[in-house]
Amino acid sequence: MTVLVYFKANLGLSKVATEIVTYAKKIGEQVIVLTNGEADANTLAQYGNYGASKVLWDADTNTTDNQVLSRLIGSIAEQEGAKTIIFTHDNIAKAVAPRLSVKLRAGLVSGAVDLPNSEGLVKVNVFSGKANGFVKVSTENKIITLLPNSIQPEVTSTNCPVEAIKTDSGESAIKVLTTKKPEGEIPLPEAEIVVSGGRGLKGPENWGIVENLAKALGAATACSRPVADIGWRPHHEHVGQTGVAIRPNLYIAAGISGAIQHLAGVNGSKVLVVINTDPEAPFFKAADYGVIGDVFEVLPRLTEAIEKFKASSN
Amino acid sequence: MNILVCISKSPDTTSKIAFTDGNSKFDESGVQYIVNPYDEWYALVRALELKETLGGSVTIITVGGSSDEAVIRKALAIGADEAVRIDADPKDAYYTAIQIAEYAKSANFDLILTGKETINYNGSQVAGMIAEALSLPFVSLATKLDFSGSCFQLEREIVGGIEVVEVSGPVVVSCAKGMAEQRIPNMRGIMAARTKPLQIITAAGIEGQTLFVTYDLPPAKSACKMISPDNMDELVGLLHNEAKVI
Repeated sequence: MTVLVYFKANLGLSKVATEIVTYAKKIGEQVIVLTNGEADANTLAQYGNYGASKVLWDADTNTTDNQVLSRLIGSIAEQEGAKTIIFTHDNIAKAVAPRLSVKLRAGLVSGAVDLPNSEGLVKVNVFSGKANGFVKVSTENKIITLLPNSIQPEVTSTNCPVEAIKTDSGESAIKVLTTKKPEGEIPLPEAEIVVSGGRGLKGPENWGIVENLAKALGAATACSRPVADIGWRPHHEHVGQTGVAIRPNLYIAAGISGAIQHLAGVNGSKVLVVINTDPEAPFFKAADYGVIGDVFEVLPRLTEAIEKFKASSN
Repeated sequence: MNILVCISKSPDTTSKIAFTDGNSKFDESGVQYIVNPYDEWYALVRALELKETLGGSVTIITVGGSSDEAVIRKALAIGADEAVRIDADPKDAYYTAIQIAEYAKSANFDLILTGKETINYNGSQVAGMIAEALSLPFVSLATKLDFSGSCFQLEREIVGGIEVVEVSGPVVVSCAKGMAEQRIPNMRGIMAARTKPLQIITAAGIEGQTLFVTYDLPPAKSACKMISPDNMDELVGLLHNEAKVI
């Protein structure tokens, strides 16, 4: 069986891309990667290490438009005889995968967190992370979008050929005027460790202690809803029901009470550490490790302890 | 401007999540249903704001049984002009989207809005599927939506940032936080909702593409291990040796 993996190219090797290539290799014999936009052929060849047999690279179609991409991916899937398509569950897939599901008559499982089980059912989070559902796809064609951090990338093979392709996938009806994107940060949904601050930080000028801890851990920073709403932090850092849902290996919450809406965005995290002055904060009920104390004292101490640990383990 | 807003019911955020029939069905006993918050707060309220400045009408549509009429009346009380209920049990997102697309084909909408996802299935599927079935452009996860001149101006969430786009209608848009503020229906709205037109349509004969076979609940968290604020070395040790995350 041939499985097609799609991701938008970026210049470096993308961790979430290595995850979906690994995932595809575990469910199919042959894995073909399709990507588009600006990339580096040597980097693309490295996806062979994770199981891709070839990479098709359409450099000229440099867009994330869902109508154009669904034409591109649909035509390559047909051409390569791929009946299963795998995406990472990001904002591109959320727009493109549903279109392809209709176009190819392919049942769509969005937000998978595991490989299909022995009965072929795919596990997904439902009820905002409060339960799991097991989904059967009734159609021959299938599309799965995989939540980041659901599978460990595995190197099983060596570099693979990269074929530059030219396609005509038509024009976009949507005109992009500007893009506002901070450079050089770890994208929140892909981060393995996240340090998050809430109202307990008392003001945007105090974020240095959150950032220092994040730096010591190689983590991304995040925040609670009230903090984004009052403008202390940018909206793309807001995790929770209405913001971004994340599932890092480690989530450290400082000065966040842990309202149900916040938990909905982080309860997929493998380990939760909660630091709060209030012993009654509901977040402690969901936490693995808790520290009752003043974030202004605890965070610098934790940063120091992490630095000491990193220095001794090197 | 004629706007179609797709709404879904979802259990109130504080509902107890449990399953029956050998874990194959959501246990509805004691569950209070609400209009899915993304559909209500963002899609419906923004549609009403656009109608208030540009004129036109706002129609809400849902796929569901007669028990869904309470949430339909709620959306009408907030200010929608009329409602359509496609009389069927929504089998999956594909089934729902195709039913709505079939209805939209026969009408003349400039704009079709949905919430970014439901809070029960979190699939984020229906809007893109409607767009494909109608061959329309689709702006996903929009946080801002305006209309001027002859086209829509939108902001949408992209990975790690925001994109500002422009598109001519008709277009399908899924709405995220930032679009509008919640509106509480007033008594006049609630009274008026009782007599607003509700059209009930027979469903088109199509099959779903996916099926939720079983559910389970994540294992209960073991008690939180408390660490003294004076002993961060202990926390680092636990994160390394016990949790194995650093």
